[in-house]
Amino acid sequence: MAKQPRRSSVGENIKKIIMARPVRFNIHPIKADIKDNISLANAPEGYTGEGFFATQLSSVVGLARKNSLWPLPFATSCCGIEFMSVMASHYDLARFGAERLAFSPRQCDLLMVMGTIAKKMGPIVKQVYLQMAEPRWVMAVGACASSGGIFDTYSVLQGIDQVVPVDVYVPGCPPRPEAILDGFIRIQDLVGHESVRRRNGEEYKALLHEYGIQ
Amino acid sequence: MALTNEIIKERLIAKFGEQLSHFEEPYGLLTFEAPKELNLKVMQFLFDDTVLQFRFLTDLTAVHYPDEKGRELAVVYHLHNLVDNIRLRFKVFTAVEQPDIFTATQLYSSANWMERETYDFFGILFVGHPNLKRILNVDEMDYFPLRKEFPLEDQTRIDKDDAMFGRGTLPTKV
Repeated sequence: MAKQPRRSSVGENIKKIIMARPVRFNIHPIKADIKDNISLANAPEGYTGEGFFATQLSSVVGLARKNSLWPLPFATSCCGIEFMSVMASHYDLARFGAERLAFSPRQCDLLMVMGTIAKKMGPIVKQVYLQMAEPRWVMAVGACASSGGIFDTYSVLQGIDQVVPVDVYVPGCPPRPEAILDGFIRIQDLVGHESVRRRNGEEYKALLHEYGIQ
Repeated sequence: MALTNEIIKERLIAKFGEQLSHFEEPYGLLTFEAPKELNLKVMQFLFDDTVLQFRFLTDLTAVHYPDEKGRELAVVYHLHNLVDNIRLRFKVFTAVEQPDIFTATQLYSSANWMERETYDFFGILFVGHPNLKRILNVDEMDYFPLRKEFPLEDQTRIDKDDAMFGRGTLPTKV
């Protein structure tokens, strides 16, 4: 391409400097830093040898489940707003294998109830819980979902544990995103250490029976 | 000539005489009291009269005065004249033992849900209402939560310490 003849006037030079540069000049390619920088789930304890690895079924199942939980957000108020930031890039719930947030109870593993649940909403929370397939976990996020919070009144359910069994309670009004993440990690611990037989056990059946389920 | 509170009051007294009472104007809003049997007649007059033309029921609710024996429940109507942009408020009182009030649904369609709400929270029985059942609270509720005899808080709870909520006494230090 032939060079354009330039006029060297001062004003034009200044204009050139402050003019935004095309984006492609602003990009400095960074080499992907993936060496020792990707977290992998630790392999469970087991016997290993040439070409084989033997371990308990429950640890493998737990490992798979805890790192691919599908949460179902049931957000009704301000705790839901905090949860939105947990999902978003800054706190990034996807780092914990919970990339797929779904609003379809039949595919989800973890019901996250965030916010005040009115008494009229109680049966709906229960219906959503019933629609989820086993194994399922429930997390009550925030004071309202855990205990009714400040709404000690005729219209508000005093904690969702009156209608569904809860695994982890996250306190706070609303809890910080770190607290929600901490609750999520505790759910992961529960999931990872759960016995494969727990859901068939008498104790679990009695728990569900308490809530009038099955 | 614009419609004023004085004209409304004069026309009401000319029609109903001594039966209407307690005329006041708090913050410029004409307010009066009517006997509960007359609530529909007063509303019909306010609706039909060519000068008054109160054809919009903006609000309908109730108030519970537990100390006023024989007239514990007040039903409050807010009406709006859309032509002259003027509002008024009137109340009818009823005993809590028999809270029967004629429904305004034949006159104002907006009364339908507002009367259901008033029934839901205060237990006013609107005689002639087409569908008088709870609208906001759960259907299983067996009381009227905004009546004063029902405490706001859930009385079945044992995990909330009253002292921590400013109701009841703090434990004395030993």
